[in-house]
Amino acid sequence: MSVYDYLYFIILPVLALSALLIFIRFLIGPSLSDRVVALDLLITTGIGMIAIYSIITDQPTFLDIAMILGLIAFLGTVAFAYYIEKKKRK
Amino acid sequence: MTDYIIIFLASFGAIFILLAAVGILRMPDLYLRISVTTKAATLGVGLILLCVAAYFGEASITTRALAIIFFLLLTAPVGAHLIGRASYFVNTPLWKKSVMDDLKGKYSKTSEGSSSEESDGKITDVNHGDNTAKTKK
Repeated sequence: MSVYDYLYFIILPVLALSALLIFIRFLIGPSLSDRVVALDLLITTGIGMIAIYSIITDQPTFLDIAMILGLIAFLGTVAFAYYIEKKKRK
Repeated sequence: MTDYIIIFLASFGAIFILLAAVGILRMPDLYLRISVTTKAATLGVGLILLCVAAYFGEASITTRALAIIFFLLLTAPVGAHLIGRASYFVNTPLWKKSVMDDLKGKYSKTSEGSSSEESDGKITDVNHGDNTAKTKK
């Protein structure tokens, strides 16, 4: 069993399972803040998936996409925090 | 040898991400969920990116992976603090078994009746004083 098989048949399913669990919280989250936190964690899991996938396909170019995805996650969290705080003010 | 390092790092990274996912599903409170998100998931993704750096073994890719880890370590606490602060302002309830709340009566208008005016003043002072001052004028 090579490293690629291990990554492909064990690590990626575990990451997919965790994405599924986070998505359940994203659906049932009682408040908007819960959904924002779940979205942040979902994108972080996506960064991990992209990293594993770049090992399997042997293409390090995917890491650039992971960096941009992290940037977008941070911007989304900041924007939603600003929006939540602003919504109460009115 | 590199194979064992990759398997070790990827396994622990995946385990920590799975623990974060179980935590965000099972934790009873928004703030505990934020705590899970910002600690366990960051450690897991950091381990997986270290695994990528160990696999390729070139200077440029190692630098790139370390840059992503540094960026995650920088932005995860800031984002968690922002979203936690904003959701405390909109009176997101704590867990009913929470022992103490240090900010009680300092920010929220409705939680403490006696010191409501003081807390109003503190809101305008602490929290973006410029905007609220302009709207009041």
